Amino acid sequence: MLIHLSSPHIHSGDSIRATMFAVILALMPAGIISVYLFGWLAVFLILLCMFGCMATEFIALKWMGRSTAPVMDGSAALTGLLLALTLPTSIPWWMALLGSIFAIGLGKQVYGGLGYNPFNPALSARIILLVSFPLQMTTWLIPMHLGSSPIDLYDFSSAWQLFVFGASSLPHALDAITMASPLGHVKTEWSQGIGVSEALRAYDYSYLDAFIGREAGSLGETSALALLIGGIYLLARHTITWHIPFSFIATVAILAAIASMIDPNHYTPPLFHMLAGGLILCAFFMATDPVSSPVTPIGQIVFGIGCGIITWCIRTWGGYPEGAMFAVVLMNCAVPLIDHYCRPTVYGKRGGQS
Amino acid sequence: MIKSFLNKLGFASAPFAGGVTPDMCKWTEDSAIEDCPLPPLFIVPIKQHIGQACTPLVQVGDLVLRGQKIAKSEGYLSVPIHAPTSGRVLKIEEHAIPHPSGMGLTSIFIEPDGKDERDSSLTPMNNWQDADPAELRERVRICGIAGLGGAAFPTFIKLLKDKRHPIETVILNGVECEPFLTNDHRLMVENSAEILHGLHIIMHMVGAKKAIIAIEDNKKDSLLAMQKVLDLADSDAISVASLPTRYPQGSEKQLIESLTGKQVPAGKLPMHVGVLCQNIGTTKAIYDAIIFGHAITDRIITISGDAVPKPANMRVRLGTPMRFIYAQRGLEKFDNIQLLHGGPMMGERMRHPDIPVVKSSTGLLAINNERMKAAHQVEDPCIRCGHCSEVCPVSLVPNLLADHCRNDQLEKAADYNLFDCIECGACSYVCPSHIPLVHYFRYGKGQAAQVRREQSFAEVSRLRSEGRDIRLQREKDEKAAKRRKVRDTLRSESVLNPENDKKTETTSNTEGKK
Repeated sequence: MLIHLSSPHIHSGDSIRATMFAVILALMPAGIISVYLFGWLAVFLILLCMFGCMATEFIALKWMGRSTAPVMDGSAALTGLLLALTLPTSIPWWMALLGSIFAIGLGKQVYGGLGYNPFNPALSARIILLVSFPLQMTTWLIPMHLGSSPIDLYDFSSAWQLFVFGASSLPHALDAITMASPLGHVKTEWSQGIGVSEALRAYDYSYLDAFIGREAGSLGETSALALLIGGIYLLARHTITWHIPFSFIATVAILAAIASMIDPNHYTPPLFHMLAGGLILCAFFMATDPVSSPVTPIGQIVFGIGCGIITWCIRTWGGYPEGAMFAVVLMNCAVPLIDHYCRPTVYGKRGGQS
Repeated sequence: MIKSFLNKLGFASAPFAGGVTPDMCKWTEDSAIEDCPLPPLFIVPIKQHIGQACTPLVQVGDLVLRGQKIAKSEGYLSVPIHAPTSGRVLKIEEHAIPHPSGMGLTSIFIEPDGKDERDSSLTPMNNWQDADPAELRERVRICGIAGLGGAAFPTFIKLLKDKRHPIETVILNGVECEPFLTNDHRLMVENSAEILHGLHIIMHMVGAKKAIIAIEDNKKDSLLAMQKVLDLADSDAISVASLPTRYPQGSEKQLIESLTGKQVPAGKLPMHVGVLCQNIGTTKAIYDAIIFGHAITDRIITISGDAVPKPANMRVRLGTPMRFIYAQRGLEKFDNIQLLHGGPMMGERMRHPDIPVVKSSTGLLAINNERMKAAHQVEDPCIRCGHCSEVCPVSLVPNLLADHCRNDQLEKAADYNLFDCIECGACSYVCPSHIPLVHYFRYGKGQAAQVRREQSFAEVSRLRSEGRDIRLQREKDEKAAKRRKVRDTLRSESVLNPENDKKTETTSNTEGKK
């Protein structure tokens, strides 16, 4: 029986599930690259996080006495996938599971479920894990195809052993199987007085590798190319708009350009920043999370600029090598304020008449 | 901001903000207008326009002619109502009208005599160019013409030649942006000369020098037809403008913005920016009223939808029951079908087909239940995607506004510009959570109107109460003054007053009588 029947009586056909699945599809290239780089370990991590998130949502909804239909709408699965893409591959399985529980339990359901969380759930979980387990969260496995790792991650049993029992169960020393990410490397070198160009040369850094993804980092951070393909798909499908990604990345690039022109020895160039770390992942997939980002276009640009400024500052002067996730969550705090003050000019009220 | 910059650079036709492009479903765009036969009974409601209802002039048993006035207008914002055919008045009682609530209104029931004779009391005004615009305007009023685009605003009110707000441009609204509807499309193809003639009359009435005939680009034959008659007329003052197909391009304010780049200021009317908009159907009705002296008795209606076997455009007499019209197009069983009055974006759902068509009936649609249910699904929480704000032609933020309305925060809703919403439905159309945003806005507006009514009632009560208090106080004061006067008089003549010792002996006889 149809209850309320106000016009309009036709609909575009869009739905929450379609939106979530479109974003998951957009992350598939990054997922494929991560499997290419990290073999079975990537598969385990992604599956565990997705399953962990959906299970947490189911348990939370049951516990609150609510309908468990939202479990299948794709939002928990998406959070799981995004969380997995931000985690380092050598992370213990229980830490990843804990992250999933934090993401959905503390990052989403405690606020009322879908549509009510003020912060990005995947990023809140990552921050909790980073602050609680700083060592494991900044240890990056050497990816396959760089040639220097002794483990074969394409081998199911060695990947399984690493996943379940941790890196200490392997015969190799930790130093042999891990390496620093480009951002981390430059920061530590600078603290030892070594300038940018020297540090990058020692690291054997190449922009092409950074673009395609043959570098150390979390699953999703590595390949800018794969993420851009997904990002462009989402823009074309009109699931996200250009305002946040563009203003976020452009702000970081502009700040880096100005700084590196002033002191190229201290400050890394803009392209390095754009390809390094989780910037592209955060700009296209995290900052654009509709629930925790502003609604209005002007507000979205303000949000993107704020994220960019904070990211660059943390990366350059802060204690952590990567600032994008903190930036997004910090700007999430400002979203209600931004929404209230950045409303578009209503028809007929130009020039302040009202 | 960018748009006004572009305007300054000379790009006058700035598109309006937002808008959506639903599947247009113009299934009847090539169907020539057919005449709908006369039903066995006509039901004519006494209010078919924005404004005050009319009062019936006829009584039960009266014989009427087609076009004869049967209800007179009340107040300024009103137009009279005429008999759709010749016949006998059967009864005058309440009957359901095309309103989503299913409410009723006094209606005049007419049984046709089959002769369909016209009232010829109004003379044709073929030399309208020499006539006083005020006279033409009065003719438009007494012919009962209201906006036939769906709003049914009394047309004569807009046709005022006001020195304070001169009209520079007349815009003929041939946009017809609602899916399914093709009335104006067919009128432009079949009656282009009459429409141009009507436009000339309108321009003379308001003293406009320019006119634009605005047509959406999905109506190629209409564009050709109107351009052809314009070429024949060889007029520089009138032009045909082809606009991109986007809903709601046909909304008056958005149309003005698209064609002139100017926005109608909030709370003001198009005449304040020197523009007059008129629907194609209304223009044809004005032509008929002036040239033939015909009061409005019929209109073009599109009957369409996936449940209608033979969709078409028909010329239907006002007051024809919808059931009769649907039957003409092969639809007689109404199980599992939803009926819409108007277009799918802004039309009202009718609970049953035993309702008469009125001046605002642009379309009669019949949609299968399944398709309707797909459009009206259970509401999910808002995911703040912002699509609603992107498509709003008025640049509102619908999701936040709906929140305020739902939570009865009417002051905040007013601050978020609730009363600027034109209820076009573009926001609800795109919402992935299927939130009925327009429904919440209507609720909010209704609540705000209720609060205003209560406040004005409370204000009147307060003034009356205060007036009563003042009156009572005044009466009390008057009584006290009278008592004091009497007391003083008594006292001055009293035995106890030493001054009166001398007087008492002479007046003591009269004391007892006081």
